[in-house]
Amino acid sequence: MSDVQVYTPFRRGLPRLGPYAREVWARRQFALELARTEIRTENTGTGLGQLWLVLNPLLLAFVYYVLTSILSGSPGGAARLAHIMAGLFLYYFFSSAVIGGAMSILSSSRLILNTAFPKMLLPISVVLVSFLRFLPSLGIYAVVHVLAGQPVRWQMLWGVVPLALVLVFATGLAMLLATVNLYFRDTKSFLPYTMRVWLYLSPVLWLPEQVRGSLAFLRWANPLFPLLGSWSEAVVEGRAPQAWMLGAGAAWAVVALLVGAWALLSREREFAVRL
Amino acid sequence: MSSLSASEAFLETPPVDVPAPLSVRVEDLHVTYRASLERRPTVARRLRRLGRGERVVREVHALRGVSFDVLQGQVVGVVGANGAGKSTLMRALAGILPPTQGRIEVHGRVSTLLALGVGFNAKLTGRQNVTLGGLAAGLDREEIARRYTEIADFAELGEDFMDMPMLTYSSGMYARLAFSVAVHMEPDILIVDEALSTGDARFKEKSFARMQELCAQARTIFLVSHGLSTITQLCTEAMWVDKGALVERGDPAKVVSAYRRFLKVGATAVTQEDV
Repeated sequence: MSDVQVYTPFRRGLPRLGPYAREVWARRQFALELARTEIRTENTGTGLGQLWLVLNPLLLAFVYYVLTSILSGSPGGAARLAHIMAGLFLYYFFSSAVIGGAMSILSSSRLILNTAFPKMLLPISVVLVSFLRFLPSLGIYAVVHVLAGQPVRWQMLWGVVPLALVLVFATGLAMLLATVNLYFRDTKSFLPYTMRVWLYLSPVLWLPEQVRGSLAFLRWANPLFPLLGSWSEAVVEGRAPQAWMLGAGAAWAVVALLVGAWALLSREREFAVRL
Repeated sequence: MSSLSASEAFLETPPVDVPAPLSVRVEDLHVTYRASLERRPTVARRLRRLGRGERVVREVHALRGVSFDVLQGQVVGVVGANGAGKSTLMRALAGILPPTQGRIEVHGRVSTLLALGVGFNAKLTGRQNVTLGGLAAGLDREEIARRYTEIADFAELGEDFMDMPMLTYSSGMYARLAFSVAVHMEPDILIVDEALSTGDARFKEKSFARMQELCAQARTIFLVSHGLSTITQLCTEAMWVDKGALVERGDPAKVVSAYRRFLKVGATAVTQEDV
């Protein structure tokens, strides 16, 4: 006979964190399999199939390159293309993780009503889907990076740090919005616009050094400023990111994760009746 | 309402030489939903209601102080009118709905086959769904691979269908696969909530045999059904739930006849039918 489970009312709105974390860990394969099957099924009906995973961000990068060239009145060269591409790929991962994560609980209502499992796995799985889709775009960036004549140095490995921080930040936001979306179903409709504006406020189509004057507040008010700024410094320019950017990025990521996890865990008991 | 307390009702279960170990203990279980009155809760609607001073949520007291013990190897039939709280009780035992008050102690792994569809994604193939369902239930890949052949053989869908999206399945096929997955998870406690009604007569017979097999292995089964003959045939004891409370518990024939008197229906073909 295996273990004994005891269900009691949640104290202070939160389940016991130790056993919950063990449950999440024990079912990590489930989150991974859910992500894999999602990717396997999404492009099956299209002619180019899984090639769309790399074509989508690539075409988007060219669109924005053309746009910024026209707005700034100069082609800007290969270095700008590399910067836009690196930033856009990471941003694309972030926004699809957040938008998908916001729907993750609502779209799994059947599973939630029939199986007892930690609901935290659903937004985590969606973030994994976005991450797995993002990985091939790194290969394209590598080719563009070399063709653009950008430096290839070991300092580029610093990029792993902002990448991990974006992953944590996106997971936190996905958990928060998945919960909020159950109570306010308009969240999902607002999100695409929010994400579009957030892109323009982040150093993707422009360089971190370009914020001056009245826009300088973006450096501390926009979590993606330090995250995408340090990513670009490491990956595009091949230098160690500024310490303040890594510090601020880490702080934003941890806060988002804590707030997101708290929101989800404290409301999880209601999910089955809110769907 | 019967004057039997839970402990007295417990004494009415068939005597056994050596008492079997405890399987499920429920103490003073209350489950209250805070159901939203909105079909789609949105910010605008909530503001409008607040402006009019209307209450947006309503409390539904689905279970009111249910207590019982069930020993291993019992088949417990649960009867009651629609909306009596049977499914809520089953979901609480499975850990899907946490108690608002009281305590549930469950010894061993629970496998569920609940009424409102199974946790399957219709876009995925039968095989993928079996893997996902197993992982969600907390099994690892090796265990699932080991059981896969048994599950597929028992469901008798044929290999072709196992590798086709579940969109192509009939409702009977769907139910057969769901039942097969639930009983092959080697549950210590199996919960079947009106889930067998779509299977054909032969499969129903096979499911009964499989449930009896599980009982012989000292597994515990909860069977929610409106088919009253199923309850008297299969169960070792029965519970009658009404308005969120346990009205009567004990010998299936007695409980079923009390329930029939309450419903003012005789043992017609309609009430005997079906699981």
